[in-house]
Amino acid sequence: MEKAISISENPFYKTNKKGANIKENAVVGLTQIAVILIIAILFIILGIIIYQGREKFSWEFISSFPTDGMTKGGIFPALIGTFILVIVMSIAAVPFGTITAIYLTEYAKENSKFAAAVRFSIRTLAVVPSIIFGLFGLGFFIQFVGTGMDSAFNNGQLHWGQPNILWASLTMALLTLPVIIVSVEESLKTIPRELREASLALGATKWQTIKNVVFPGSISGIMTGTILAVSRGAGEVAPILFTGAAYYLATLPESLSDQFMNLGYHIYIMSTQSSDVEKTMPIQFATTLVLLILTLSLNLVAVIIRSRIRRRAK
Amino acid sequence: MNSEFPIKKTFTKESLKKQFRLSEFLAEKIISSVAFLSIAIIFLIFIFVFKESLPLFSFGKKDKVKTEIQSTSNVKVESYNTAESSTEENQPETYGAPAEDLEPETYGAPTEDLNPVTQEAKVAESESLEPESYGTVTEDLNPETTTDQEVVIDEKVTGNIEGADKTWSTFFSTEWVPVSDNPRFGLLALLIGTLKVTIIAMLIAAPLAILAAVYTSCFASNRRKEIIKPIIEMLAAFPSVVIGFFAMMVLATFFQDIFGYDSRLNAFIGGVAMALAAIPIIYTISEDALSAVPKTFTEASLALGASKAQTAFFVILPAATPGIFAAILLGIGRVFGETMIALMATGNAALLSANPFESVRTFAATIGSEMAETVFGETHYSVLFFIGSLLFIFSFILNAVAEFYVKGKLIKKFQGK
Repeated sequence: MEKAISISENPFYKTNKKGANIKENAVVGLTQIAVILIIAILFIILGIIIYQGREKFSWEFISSFPTDGMTKGGIFPALIGTFILVIVMSIAAVPFGTITAIYLTEYAKENSKFAAAVRFSIRTLAVVPSIIFGLFGLGFFIQFVGTGMDSAFNNGQLHWGQPNILWASLTMALLTLPVIIVSVEESLKTIPRELREASLALGATKWQTIKNVVFPGSISGIMTGTILAVSRGAGEVAPILFTGAAYYLATLPESLSDQFMNLGYHIYIMSTQSSDVEKTMPIQFATTLVLLILTLSLNLVAVIIRSRIRRRAK
Repeated sequence: MNSEFPIKKTFTKESLKKQFRLSEFLAEKIISSVAFLSIAIIFLIFIFVFKESLPLFSFGKKDKVKTEIQSTSNVKVESYNTAESSTEENQPETYGAPAEDLEPETYGAPTEDLNPVTQEAKVAESESLEPESYGTVTEDLNPETTTDQEVVIDEKVTGNIEGADKTWSTFFSTEWVPVSDNPRFGLLALLIGTLKVTIIAMLIAAPLAILAAVYTSCFASNRRKEIIKPIIEMLAAFPSVVIGFFAMMVLATFFQDIFGYDSRLNAFIGGVAMALAAIPIIYTISEDALSAVPKTFTEASLALGASKAQTAFFVILPAATPGIFAAILLGIGRVFGETMIALMATGNAALLSANPFESVRTFAATIGSEMAETVFGETHYSVLFFIGSLLFIFSFILNAVAEFYVKGKLIKKFQGK
């Protein structure tokens, strides 16, 4: 009996048994509402953007240049610029990220301070605001490396010391590095210890084991990481604001030292700095739709590959 | 212990030793030095972002020479005053703002006093449209700066020292007027704007995301869990520019129709949009924390006769508090440094008021919108980099707290150490 009294002090049991059930349901319902609300918001965003963007969205829109002061025409150069950006970015970030992940899973000792520091910096890298990467790109790549390259090879003529694709891609590579490292590390961990031990027992050295056993097993993880990084890099705008994105270019970029147009940046300038925001509304929604399709479908692919890796782990 | 193996006779001590292989050695060294790079990047980011803001701290003579070199290398000797359009230099083929190239450089045109506070709406255009003015008119308006200017023309060294002093004194003022004859860099106005947006965003995002996490980890069936989790995490895949665009085009109009306030883009809209960006982060981390609570906790609570809801809110949630705290910290970090949403949805006016329906300007948005038109080496440029280093330090500390403090607590709680 004593126990029953102490339970009754519990806010859930202040009423009779039936009332308690109602409260129980109300609490569960509240959490359910939160879930439904979030999912509803997500689909409302998707729905509105698809609905508003669908009239302009066509093959012609994707494959033609903007015309009439960007009030008509397509987004072809922005799309190509985004592609070049993510390709150069992947070339820089994927090997780097893969090697770091291999270090963390294969070489790092259990209680190594160095490995802990590496892990901490990767997590920090993941939470640093993207605009800081933009500032770093400007301060380091453009002002320091670029200007240094100019004075060394170019007789001080301004060539590399200004915003261009290369610097923007490298800046973006730093931003997406944690994404790649985390996915590769996750997939490396799913490779059974027995495989490694079998390889070592057969007389292979550690490096041979990594090269011939561990690395082939992590290909799917590298792919997931790359896809997620590409999806992130395609959507980020802040890091390229002052490291290479251009308002409008009449031609496609020809070399790494050219500026480029970018989908996300295109949305930003069209909606804030366009001469006629109202008139170009359909173009803006269609551009947003293209960007959203790009990032979401990439993510979907990554999620599918990732769930396969997880199944392998089980 | 039988120490004498017969095998020892065929293998010498030397041959049993681990052989030195160059390829092994190199592979390990190369791989760990690549891993070291990620530590180096963190330092480099801090050093190079902070380095550009150094002129602000230079009261001595050493750096003065440096700034002088910088300004001459930029071929902008007369560029001490800020109202100058340098955008052409950085962006060779800009399409919009056609007046930029057409407008002749007028010296001493009186236009400047007409719009002293230009950053209200669109800095990019209003600033570049402003003709370059060179002091003659402003002389009677603020004598303080003109003396500064003359000093600079004659002798750069003393001019810059006064400039550095003055910049610091304006940091705690409430006005952010970087482009004027008497530039004021009131970080206070920006700080309040940033805080306002962050608080609004967290008030919306934290309860929603945590409740959703409680549902997924405590109440939902496994099948539902597998549907809900990827969908909410899909929200994280939305680029921030898309969320900003949606807030600006749809949410702003929607909420204005409901509440009927004046400025269409304001702190509230920015906060709502940033909540969308913060929800997946808070949700994922709190869900992990809630799922990490040992099953025995739940079982013990249920065995004692508690209901599912009681177990969730009085047993699991308290046990996962450190993790949820970390989730909120990282959510704050995300909102605090979010640039594109702030640029597009907050209205970008540095007003000082407590009203959530007024336009605000955040730190990150200030950097994003003003960096393109500053001149390398000038005070405004340094101030923006200084704000950048503040943001970096802030997010670094948030992450460190989330990492060390929270992890330590969790381990103590679950393992009883």
